[in-house]
Amino acid sequence: MFHKLDGAKLPLGLRLICSAAIAALTAVLIAIVILSGPAAPGLQAEVAAQLARSGVDNPVTAVLLNFRSYDTLLEVAVLLVVAVATMPAPGRRLRPALAPTGDMVLIGLIDLVVPVVVVVGAYLLWVGAYAPGGAFQAGALLAGAGVLVSITGRFQFSFGALPARAILALGLLTFTVTAAAVALQTGVFFQYPTAAAGVLILFIEAAATISIAATLVLLYGSLVPPAREQESGP
Amino acid sequence: MTQDLIYSVCGIALFGIGLYGLIIVPHILQKILAVNIMGVGVFMLLVAAGHNPGGVSDPVPHAMVLTGIVVAVAGTALALSLVCRIGELQRDGADEEAAP
Amino acid sequence: MNGLQLQTLLPWLVALPLLAAVATVLLQRLWLCRWLSVALSAAQLALALTVLLLLPEQSDSAARRYALGGWGAPLGIDLYIDGFAALLLATTAAVGFLLSIYSGAYFNEADKAARFWPLWWLLMVALNGIFLAADAFNIYVTLEILGLSAVALVALQGSLPALQAALRYLLVGLLGSLCYLLGVALLYRAYGTLDLAQLALQAQAEPLSWAALGLITVGLLLKTALLPLHFWLPPAHSSAPAPVSAALSGLVVKASFYLLARFWLETLDTAATAGGLQMLGALGAAAVLLGSLQAIRARRLKLLVAYSTVAQLGYLFLLFPLAAPLAAGPGIAGAALDAVAYFIIAHACAKAAMFLAAGNIQRAAGHDDIERLQGIARRLPLSLLAFGVAGASLIGLPPSGGFIAKWLLLDTAIDSGQWWWAAVAIGGGLLAAVYVFRVLNLAFAGSSSTADALRMRRLRLPKTLSVSAFALALMTVLLGFNALWVLDLLDIGAPLSYLAGETP
Repeated sequence: MFHKLDGAKLPLGLRLICSAAIAALTAVLIAIVILSGPAAPGLQAEVAAQLARSGVDNPVTAVLLNFRSYDTLLEVAVLLVVAVATMPAPGRRLRPALAPTGDMVLIGLIDLVVPVVVVVGAYLLWVGAYAPGGAFQAGALLAGAGVLVSITGRFQFSFGALPARAILALGLLTFTVTAAAVALQTGVFFQYPTAAAGVLILFIEAAATISIAATLVLLYGSLVPPAREQESGP
Repeated sequence: MTQDLIYSVCGIALFGIGLYGLIIVPHILQKILAVNIMGVGVFMLLVAAGHNPGGVSDPVPHAMVLTGIVVAVAGTALALSLVCRIGELQRDGADEEAAP
Repeated sequence: MNGLQLQTLLPWLVALPLLAAVATVLLQRLWLCRWLSVALSAAQLALALTVLLLLPEQSDSAARRYALGGWGAPLGIDLYIDGFAALLLATTAAVGFLLSIYSGAYFNEADKAARFWPLWWLLMVALNGIFLAADAFNIYVTLEILGLSAVALVALQGSLPALQAALRYLLVGLLGSLCYLLGVALLYRAYGTLDLAQLALQAQAEPLSWAALGLITVGLLLKTALLPLHFWLPPAHSSAPAPVSAALSGLVVKASFYLLARFWLETLDTAATAGGLQMLGALGAAAVLLGSLQAIRARRLKLLVAYSTVAQLGYLFLLFPLAAPLAAGPGIAGAALDAVAYFIIAHACAKAAMFLAAGNIQRAAGHDDIERLQGIARRLPLSLLAFGVAGASLIGLPPSGGFIAKWLLLDTAIDSGQWWWAAVAIGGGLLAAVYVFRVLNLAFAGSSSTADALRMRRLRLPKTLSVSAFALALMTVLLGFNALWVLDLLDIGAPLSYLAGETP
């Protein structure tokens, strides 16, 4: 299927030159890193000093959603870029991933697993404030549940429809509006009032989780090869 | 050799392997995988930079890696969806040619 | 001033396009998306111009810094603005405004338009974000938004060549970003901070910072498409929809050039070697000559314009040898930056106008095969006029902005005693004249074949398309007449604080 996509094989001489150049580059970089000695202390002291004001106990979540929340906002925007690029046209459904199998074992298993996955996802979202976890982990888990549901063919997601678009954009909208709204009180974008920081972070993360899960399900769906119904013959 | 140095060296080696795959290997899916290997190499280097022997490790590189993973997922997904659409168009073109 | 603070406006330059992107995802009605986008582009332009006008009052660099979240570097992320950044922001907003008007009339298929507007606004987020960035990792994320939205916009065209060009563009873009990120990882390892100003203070001339600068440079050169790494640009820029081509050539490649200038002349200037600066200039000179030759040989009009971008980008790299701290005093370095900044603005307007005109021609004629464009000027007088005026600016004919830019560049080259760069600029201008007049000659001379004429009588081009192309071309002329005003702004705004002799 993809044979025409592949680039031509480079001529042998060029391949050798390129390989040698890449090997040399790698060797030089390794030598530089080894000779440069230990890494600089980094920012753990700064993070530890301000952690109490961040609203969460997990330093990684504090960095992601408070100290460097601008990066995370833009990261959610990256997901929206890809969601818009792969979104099916309005009114068109995402291709049914697999034909309905009617496999009772599969359906029974999914009926059992999906509710558990949703609960674990919510737990991961919650626990991100204290321990490893957070919006992306929870979103990835929920997306897994979404993919499971969609491969049975019992439900179809129509990502072109308005509610689905709203879900895809929800994370970015909530994040941006919160970042701007806190500026009304504190005067600075992204500066959450210390007392409310924990709640605001959970609020943003919950919205981001939903959008991340929806985006990942959409991405999975857009990659499934289409069923070729029109095709007749072997 | 300290732990952080082992990870750094392996990270750069992975970056080199990915670079080789991207430039030399002709297959498009392998190229996309190669980009991901390069990404993993950079992430290893970042995590190693945040390693703090005997102390709390630096959370900033961890946060950067988490962000980087999401960005890598997005880039990979866009690449794969382009590959799918190109494959469809090529197949349609081939079907039309095959039709009398 | 009446309480209007420059700093408080900065985050809105990112927030406004972000909210616009979300709004265009949510709005189903296309005419609503279109008018909202035009209105918000006007608001963005007003915002950028306000920032530009407020900037001269802020000579203190702390007053041009905005600490997001109130944390401040190195823990938090800052936004930072200076004259160079403010001018690029204003250019982006102005060109973006006209391109929004054009795009509203250009995209009439529901599906394409529904995708275009969110992607367009996210592209604006990334451009504004890069010009305001003061944090090395933040730049990485912003670069990815820029790269992915640009790829998605190229893929909107939907044809097989466009999708293949988009895929190649994406792989090159990802490679560039990862090289950049590896450089940033090395910098963080060495200095433990991501803030550009702090890096500038701490960076030393040592192997680790050389390696980091090298990786960052290769990554950004891939994205800027400097000569040996330009192979992806012509197919991607020439197969995209017309307003996307205009934005890619006019604005997007300038963003990665801006970052290169920042890293070489400011953040890592201690690691920058004279040899490296000269080499960047030499590659730029090669790009001017070879890109122009390829443009002369191109068969398709949009491909010609795309190769012309490769050539014109080459001029920008003359900044590095001319501003080389060893070769020139601070006065000349500042003059070199003035010249290149002016060049960027003039080229952004001229190239956007040229791509829009080429898009109009392609739409009306149904093809963009240069040989078959005979007599097209009779059918599309305004678009051809726009092409001609923009071409004059690329060649460097007075009274266009391109003339002033080239004049400043020649002046700086002679002043710094490096006359050979002046020869490159003159030679490039002559070659540009060859490819521009090749098109104009055909378009104005001869009569179109009857089949083409019949076809074109049926296809009426919406007025908005030709008028907005012409408006962009007119901007290059206005730039030529108002050179002093623009240069004053550049000088007052203290571009690249290093060059102004101020400590960051």
